Amino acid sequence: MNRRHLLCALAISGLLPLSAPVLAQAQPQELVIAIAAPISALDPHFHNLTPNNSITKHVFDNLIRTDATQQLLPGLAESWKPLDNTTWELKLRRGVKFHDGSAFTADDVIATFKRAPEVPNSPASFSQFTRPVTSITAPDPHTVIMKTAAPHPLLPRDLTSLQIISKNQVAARTDDFNSGKAMNGTGPYKLVEYKPGERVIFARNDAWWGGKTAWPRVQYRMISNNAARVAALLSGDVHVIENVPTADAERLKTNAQLALASATSNRVIYLHMDTGRDKNSPFVRTRDGKPMEANPLRDVRVRKAISKAIHRDAIVERVMEKQAIPAGQFLADVFFGTSKRLKPEAFDPEGAKKLLADAGYPNGFQLTLHAPNNRYVNDEKIAQAVAAFLTRVGIETKVDAMPSNIFFSRGSKAEFSFLLAGWASESGDTSSSLRSLTGTFDPKQGLGAANRGRFSDAGLDAMITTAITQVDDTKRGMLLAAASEKAMEMQAIIPLHYEVSVWGMRKGIGYTARADQYTFAHEFKPTR
Amino acid sequence: MLVTILRRLAQTLLVLAVTSLLVFVGIFMVGDPVEMLVNPQADHEERERVRVEFGLDQPMWVQYGRFIGNALSGDLGNSFVYGRPAIDVILERMPATLELAALAMIIAVVIGIPLGLYAGLKPDGRIARGIMAGSILGFSLPTFWVGLLLIMVFAVQLGWLPSTGRGPTVSALGLNISILHWEGLKHALLPAINLALFKLSLIIRLTRAQVRENVMLDYMRFARAKGLATRRVIGVHLLKNIMIPLVTVIGLELGSVIAFAIVTESIFAWPGMGKLVIDAIFQLDRPVVVAYLLITVALFILINLVVDLLYAVLDPRVR
Repeated sequence: MNRRHLLCALAISGLLPLSAPVLAQAQPQELVIAIAAPISALDPHFHNLTPNNSITKHVFDNLIRTDATQQLLPGLAESWKPLDNTTWELKLRRGVKFHDGSAFTADDVIATFKRAPEVPNSPASFSQFTRPVTSITAPDPHTVIMKTAAPHPLLPRDLTSLQIISKNQVAARTDDFNSGKAMNGTGPYKLVEYKPGERVIFARNDAWWGGKTAWPRVQYRMISNNAARVAALLSGDVHVIENVPTADAERLKTNAQLALASATSNRVIYLHMDTGRDKNSPFVRTRDGKPMEANPLRDVRVRKAISKAIHRDAIVERVMEKQAIPAGQFLADVFFGTSKRLKPEAFDPEGAKKLLADAGYPNGFQLTLHAPNNRYVNDEKIAQAVAAFLTRVGIETKVDAMPSNIFFSRGSKAEFSFLLAGWASESGDTSSSLRSLTGTFDPKQGLGAANRGRFSDAGLDAMITTAITQVDDTKRGMLLAAASEKAMEMQAIIPLHYEVSVWGMRKGIGYTARADQYTFAHEFKPTR
Repeated sequence: MLVTILRRLAQTLLVLAVTSLLVFVGIFMVGDPVEMLVNPQADHEERERVRVEFGLDQPMWVQYGRFIGNALSGDLGNSFVYGRPAIDVILERMPATLELAALAMIIAVVIGIPLGLYAGLKPDGRIARGIMAGSILGFSLPTFWVGLLLIMVFAVQLGWLPSTGRGPTVSALGLNISILHWEGLKHALLPAINLALFKLSLIIRLTRAQVRENVMLDYMRFARAKGLATRRVIGVHLLKNIMIPLVTVIGLELGSVIAFAIVTESIFAWPGMGKLVIDAIFQLDRPVVVAYLLITVALFILINLVVDLLYAVLDPRVR
């Protein structure tokens, strides 16, 4: 439906010149921001999803924050260091007060660790971040010692996801947060009003330790329809919108009263191939459409050929209207644990044909590419483009796009031979991508939870396990980079591009666009 | 009369049971709610926890049995996504949808019947033809396109009305109503017009057809021959006779406007039930979808009952 709306918006905008009503005004007292997804609760430990976290992080701080490219910054913890492989010491910021006036101490951190994993009815809990910590103690009110069962260098990254509540709210229920009663954080904003599915209003917390933010009041409005969100910006009803649709970005850029901010996101769009089945992969057919016994996708040369056959620049230019960056690994190379050596595979259809011939498929074969049609930016169109490129080198590819609720259910049961999906690395490093996408699917080891191609390589598993238990940051970065290189060499997945997140705003408002797609009111600044 | 109502109630229960089973099976076949709920980065352990906590690890018939058991004691289950009783989540959004539907139907009836009457009485006039041509447009233009056009013209270009969202609410009869407030009414106007357009066209065409049919009938001729004033012939005799089909259609359309305002609600970011249920379907939030459809079915049955009772008021022969 969104795509259709978009087309219409374009059709209409062709009829009507867009200019008049976006009035230049003196700086408003209230900043109105339209967000794309409704939130399910205000409880910071109820539903671990980006839209929820983006809102609740205005009220609740984290021990450790991240900057625009997800590098770690001090938050409520001023410093952190490993004392040994399994013990961490955090020094807490002094003089921080909760909105109710009580002082922030180590007890609040302990209370948070107690409550976060145990929220009843949570559809996506935070227990993943608290589970590795086996004990947590406070030698003094401003020091916290955390012990883990095994070496867990990702602890600081985990802490960027865990929002700190007051010990007074340790027994609060999700309803208490939704009603506003328990919305007592240390963050830059205090809750004024929450109307589910509609809006959230914040008032500035003048006592915030991070300094005074620009707007005394902030209103978040939930407008999920793309065209409606753009219209709300054009009509001046809102000052800022997130997720500017790719088709509208160019047009908004030329509007003299608007400005755009964009950043390479932490999301990569990639292809996963069935490398789990020895034979009879469900959607692989011979050239003349008969079931094929051998599974060509298990041959690394075939996977490499697929990668070479795809013209990433063309997809970025045409399908994504330049709102994407061609990808050669799990994350753009400004992020932690990436390799400077990995570049996007060059478009080389002749090379692809040669590799296919070497692998014993000079005449190619037939394949179905499964993709969601309402999950990622232009997902179905990207799949169509990929299919066209593959068909050109002899792999006759058909696209079967479906709503994401069907796609992910079937995909996770490994029902597909070849699929297109996206992966946002919320931790801001390559550890989660390597672990979940390319580690061997194994509930016992905790690897491969999103490995829908069932790729498996013992050598790579070992590299990943070593990397994610290496406490030394520099060494871990190098190990993760090496594992990324290995995964790409074996073409465990085929990366296509990194999505670019775009914010649109009135002239006079500035934003440092964030890779994690959070829309933080306290990071908007007047530019004049 | 009492027998009719009792029989209706029994039918209602049967329909509700069948609906719940259909939705249950339907959602079960679409996919796995766990996939839509958990964070994509979730590990195996977290996925398993959600599956067990929400009872999704059980076979479908066990899940359905549990649902029926709870439903009989008045509990339609907790929403997977919101972690609160599904019925609460829906009722919280209901006033927004009801007021939009009411406003839309008022617009459709107040404008539609007079225009239809006029077009029926002077079928060959230029104005009547204009009205009929307009009603064809109202029928055939897709709702989402008209919605965007309304936003582009009245909000973006002219700046008269707000583009999206619901205005401030006032509390009346225990409900939060926004259209009793000027600012709220301004917010509701565009979505209500958008929603009304199709119904308006329908009412115009239906009224016109009824008028055309009735003016030829003997009772009309007789009334005129008796020397009654035109005003009385049309306002009393004609209007009363064309009302029965109109009331049926208006009743049914009111139901559909409440239940299926989804497109309008999503374009105008109107925080009503339609938007909620679309999100719920997308996220496979089964308790919300089931509860919503049960409410909708009950609502349709109720409206039908009211329409039947209205017949009796309008037409003495039915009594």
